[in-house]
Amino acid sequence: MAEPIAALHGATVDLAGRAPLGPLDLTVARGEIVALVGASGAGKSTTLRLLAGLQSPSAGTVTRAVGPGRTGFVFQSPTLTPWADAQANVALPLELAGRPRAEARGRAAAALGAVGLGDRLDARPSELSGGMAMRVALARALVTGPELLLLDEPFAALDSVTRRRLIEDLHALWAAADPRPAVVFVTHDVEEAVYLAQRIVVLEAATGRPVADLPTPGAPPRPARWRADPAYRQAVETTAEALEAAMTSQTAETAA
Amino acid sequence: MRRSAELIPPLLLGVVLLAAWEGACRLLDLPPYFLPPPSAVAAALIEAGPRLAASAWITFVMAVQALIVAGLVGGGLALAVSLHASAERAVRPLAVALQVTPVVAVAPLVLIWAGLDHADRAVVALAALVAFFPLFSGVLTGLKSADPDLERLFDLYGATPLQRLWRLRLPSALPFALEGLRVAAGLAVIGAVVAEFVSGSGATQGLAWRLLEAGNRLRTAEMLAGVLCLTLLGLALNAAVGLVERIVTARIRVRR
Repeated sequence: MAEPIAALHGATVDLAGRAPLGPLDLTVARGEIVALVGASGAGKSTTLRLLAGLQSPSAGTVTRAVGPGRTGFVFQSPTLTPWADAQANVALPLELAGRPRAEARGRAAAALGAVGLGDRLDARPSELSGGMAMRVALARALVTGPELLLLDEPFAALDSVTRRRLIEDLHALWAAADPRPAVVFVTHDVEEAVYLAQRIVVLEAATGRPVADLPTPGAPPRPARWRADPAYRQAVETTAEALEAAMTSQTAETAA
Repeated sequence: MRRSAELIPPLLLGVVLLAAWEGACRLLDLPPYFLPPPSAVAAALIEAGPRLAASAWITFVMAVQALIVAGLVGGGLALAVSLHASAERAVRPLAVALQVTPVVAVAPLVLIWAGLDHADRAVVALAALVAFFPLFSGVLTGLKSADPDLERLFDLYGATPLQRLWRLRLPSALPFALEGLRVAAGLAVIGAVVAEFVSGSGATQGLAWRLLEAGNRLRTAEMLAGVLCLTLLGLALNAAVGLVERIVTARIRVRR
């Protein structure tokens, strides 16, 4: 495995009103794409926040080899600021880091161009469709040239055509970046996970513990027609079974 | 066209009510000191017009002064308190206590403290007192209303407290602050009138004093004309706040 960029070592997180999550052990290598799948409440978002350094574990450790400001995060909703246009939204991480305004705006324009919104620089979030707003959020996460890109079910609210297109674009952006960022992508959609990732980590429903670590065949970026490949169908089946097992293990635990 | 069509029902209702009032006064032959007909009120409005307008201006200015004081104190305090959770816990009960204490009951005290020769100061202080809570509460709620995921984004990029305030919390607070200002504007007029009533005849020469004067002389038509002026004053203040709201919103849209 390549050099790790972020790792959780026996990390546990206390949650209000339920059993604590963990212990979580997960290592993300530089430049790889990992999909985290698991039931709702399996601690997928918490795992991402631990990897981002946004949250500290109650016990255990988190190691991060990421430069300051070099973590990108895309949330479930675009979370753009409604009072700023697309360009200002994307320039925000650079301006917070104290980059000169002109440089920040220039790089923001380039990042928006890369996600196909070069002609919508001064559009307000309210003027953008859900898919476009998500592209702006993606540009904002990519504008700093992140080493670690974390995505928390970013495309769940979009229609299937838009979602497919965004995943393909995400592949292209990842492949074009130099160096390629490590991507951790949370989803509950097995097909999305298989198509996108090199490796799928299945989280147990009750504890959030990684219970299966499945490599996917081939390597991204993958052509859209790869979805018709028997190897893809096989990987989806395997992952779905692993996910189901991770969910029933919770049922057994609750029943006991 | 549509707008004028929407105006017809309320106008029609107004005309019907006025006609019924006029008719009842004439039919029942009510004495004018008990209930003058609308025509007499209109005559009083014309006759006392200059006096009432001058007094309305005095009340208006005092209400605006009160709004400015309440905005600075309420907004400033909300800003200070928002920086620390325990500071908010300390101040909230006091602010609520201030809000539920009837302004009429406090008015004589404030009048003493302001000095009986400076009734106008007491009026401004009391109007500011009632206008304080919606502004304080609105700004404080607004400062805490920012999207938690956006707060995380600011964490992620290591924003300074000042950057967070200026680029996230203040813009998020603006709609709440403007809503608070709208409520406060209505309350400021009420506070000013109550304070003038309590300060008694001649100490200030606002609209409430005109009402007292006319009442003492049983000039009921002039009293009603004064009440009408107060209504118009409230509407004018409301419109002024609406204008401020539009200007601020437009500026924000252009700027960032």
